[in-house]
Amino acid sequence: MNILVIGLNHKTASVELRERLAFNGPKLEEGLLKVRQLSSVNEAGLLSTCNRVEIYLAVGDRVAAAEAVIDFISSFHNIERREFEKSLYVYNNSESVRHVFRVASSLDSMIVGEPQVLGQLKDAFDFALAKKTTGVFLNRLMKKAISTAKRVRTETRIAENAVSISFAAVELAKKIFTELSGKSFMLLGAGEMAELAARHLVNSGVVDVKVANRTYERCCELAQEFCGKAVRFEDFVKELVHTDILICSTGAPSYVLLKDQMQQVMKERKHRPVFLIDISVPRNIDPDINKIDNAYLYNVDDLQEVVDTNILGRKKEAAKAAAIVDEEVEKFAHWLTTLDSVPLIIALRQKADGIKQEEIEKFKNKFPDLDKEKMQAVEHLANALTNKLIHHPTVALKENAEDREMITIVIKKLYGINGDDEQ
Amino acid sequence: MDTILFELAVTGYFVATVLGIFDIFRGGKQSSKLMISFAAAGFAVHTSCILYRYVVGGHLPVTSMHEATSFFAWCIVLIYFFLEFRYKIGIMGSFTLPIVFLMMLSAAFLPRAMAPLSPALQSNWLWIHTIFAFVGNAAFAVAFGVGIMYLLQEHYLKSKHWGGLFQRLPSVQVLDDINHKLINIGFPFLTMAIITGSLWAENTWGRYWRWDPKEVWSLITWFVYAVVFHLRLTAGWRQKRAALLSIIGFIVVLFTFFGVNLLLKSVHTFQ
Repeated sequence: MNILVIGLNHKTASVELRERLAFNGPKLEEGLLKVRQLSSVNEAGLLSTCNRVEIYLAVGDRVAAAEAVIDFISSFHNIERREFEKSLYVYNNSESVRHVFRVASSLDSMIVGEPQVLGQLKDAFDFALAKKTTGVFLNRLMKKAISTAKRVRTETRIAENAVSISFAAVELAKKIFTELSGKSFMLLGAGEMAELAARHLVNSGVVDVKVANRTYERCCELAQEFCGKAVRFEDFVKELVHTDILICSTGAPSYVLLKDQMQQVMKERKHRPVFLIDISVPRNIDPDINKIDNAYLYNVDDLQEVVDTNILGRKKEAAKAAAIVDEEVEKFAHWLTTLDSVPLIIALRQKADGIKQEEIEKFKNKFPDLDKEKMQAVEHLANALTNKLIHHPTVALKENAEDREMITIVIKKLYGINGDDEQ
Repeated sequence: MDTILFELAVTGYFVATVLGIFDIFRGGKQSSKLMISFAAAGFAVHTSCILYRYVVGGHLPVTSMHEATSFFAWCIVLIYFFLEFRYKIGIMGSFTLPIVFLMMLSAAFLPRAMAPLSPALQSNWLWIHTIFAFVGNAAFAVAFGVGIMYLLQEHYLKSKHWGGLFQRLPSVQVLDDINHKLINIGFPFLTMAIITGSLWAENTWGRYWRWDPKEVWSLITWFVYAVVFHLRLTAGWRQKRAALLSIIGFIVVLFTFFGVNLLLKSVHTFQ
C-alpha cells in the first residue's frame, strides 16, 4: 500500500488557479466521493482551503492512481491538464507523510506557525471519516499528523510571538503592564485594524473601555459593541488621565495629541505608565511623546517591525520543528514497512503450520496405538520446533533494516512461498 | 571547617554567576534553572557556614569585615530567593547573583580569624542593630539589580529594539513594583538601624550621635532613599526615576559599607 499526496498550494499555484481547483461547499463531498470511487484508490481525503488544495490517498498502484486522480481533477473542474499540471506536486510514501506532517505543523503555511491550518486539516479528515472514505492508513496518518503538530507546538517556539499587528499591540501591552485585566482602554477614531486590536485587548481582559469619535452615532455604535462608554471627541485628552492604553486611528490630517498636552496628562496621572498606539496614517500623535518618561508610543510601522522580527524568529524555530517532523516521519515509515511485511509473515506462519500438521498426521498413521499422553508430547515438540524455526525470519521481516527487500526475496525463496500467497 | 564551607559557598555563587551571565547573552529557561540550583546550593552551604561561626563564636558573626561582608551577601541571597519564589522571573538571578559573588570574593580576601568580642559590642543591640542594617541594605542591593533590569526593559520598549532580553524580562510595571516593594522594606529597616544604632551608642558611650563617618554616610544613604520613598508618594517619581535612584542609592550603600571601613576612621571600623 502506498500513501500519496497530490495537490497544489500558495507556493506552486496562483490564486486564480487555486480558485479554479477549489472544492468549495457541495463540491467537497462530491469530489471526495468521486475520488474514492476511482478503481485504483483505496482510501481518500480532501483538503481545500484558500491556500491549498490537496488530495490524500492510500493506493496500490501509485502511478495508475496518480494518473487517474489528475484526470479526475481535470474533468471535475473542467480544466485542461496542461493548465495545472505544472503547479501540482505528487508525493509518495515517506515524502507524502512528511508533507502532511509539515502542513499540520504549519511549516508549509504562508505565515509559518499560524494555527488555523491544523483545524482545517482536522475538519477535512473528520469529514472524510464521516463519509467513510478513509481507512487504516489515512486514519493513522491523521492521528500522527495531529500529535506531530502538538509536539512541534510545545517543543518549539514556532507559535509564540505575535505575527499580526493587532496581536503585536497586545503583546507589547503585556511588556508594559503584565496583566491587562483591570487596565482602562480608549479607542479614538475607528478603522478595521484599530477595531481588531481593540477586540484583542478586550479579550485579554481590559475593563473600562471608552470610545471617542468625531461622529457621535459611530461613537455610540462602537461603544455598544465593546460594552464601553462613549466619550466626546473634545474630551478625550481629559479622559487620557484615566486611560492606560489608547488606540488612535482617526482620519485627522495632523496631530490630535501634542507633547505639551501629554506632559500635562502624565503629571495628572502621577506618571503612571501609558501605552499609546497610533495606527493612523498620517500619524495623529506627536512622535516626540515617546520621549516622555513612562509614555510608550508605537505607530503602525513600529508594530509592523515587531511582526517582522517575530516572523524571522519563527523561521528560525522552523528548523527545530523540521527535525521533529523528520523523527515522526521515520516512525511512521517504520510502521508502514512493518505493515508491508504482514502478509508475508502470515504466509510464512501458514506454511510452517501446514508442514507441521502434515507431519503430525503422517506420524499418527504410522503409530496408531500410541497413548494420548505421548501423542501430546509429540505435538508439543512439533510446535516448539516450528515456532523456533520461524522466529528469526519473522523478526527479520519486522525490522526496518535497509536490506529488508532482499530479506523478503530470500525468505520467499527459502521457504518456497510464491508471490501469490502474499495477497 | 568554616573555611571549607565558605569556599564551597563562594564556588556555588561563582558557578551561578557564570551561568547567570551566560544566561544574559544566550540562554533559556533551562540555564536559569541550573543557575538557581547552584545559587541554592551555595546558599545552603553559606547558611551552615554562618551557623557554624555563630555556634563557635557565640554571637552573630558580623564582627569582622569578613563576617560582615559574608552576612551582607547572605541577606541579599535570602531576599533574592524570596522574590524568585514569588515572581519566578529566572533572569533576575543574572542581575543579583554577580553582586553576591563579588561580595563573597572580597570577603575571601579579608582576614577570617574569629577574634574575641570587644566589650563595646557585647550587647543585645548587636543583634537588633545589625539585622536591621543588613536586611535593609540587602533590599537596596536587590533593588539595584532590579533597577538595572528596569532600565534595560525600558530601553527596549522606548527604542523599539526587541532583541536581547526583551522577551525574557518581565514587564516594566512588575519591575517597578518589585523595586517599590524593596524600597518599602529597605527604607524602614535602614531607619530602624539608625535609631537602634543611636540608642545603642547612648547606652554604651552616653551619646546618641557622634558624627562618626559611618553615621554620617548612613544618614546620607537614608536621605537618598527618603527622597525615593517620598517622591514616589507625592510627585509620582516612579518607574524610571525610581530605578535610577535605587541604582545611585546602592552605590552610596556600598561606599558606606566598604569605603568607610577601608578609607575612613570610624567606631564601626573592624580591628
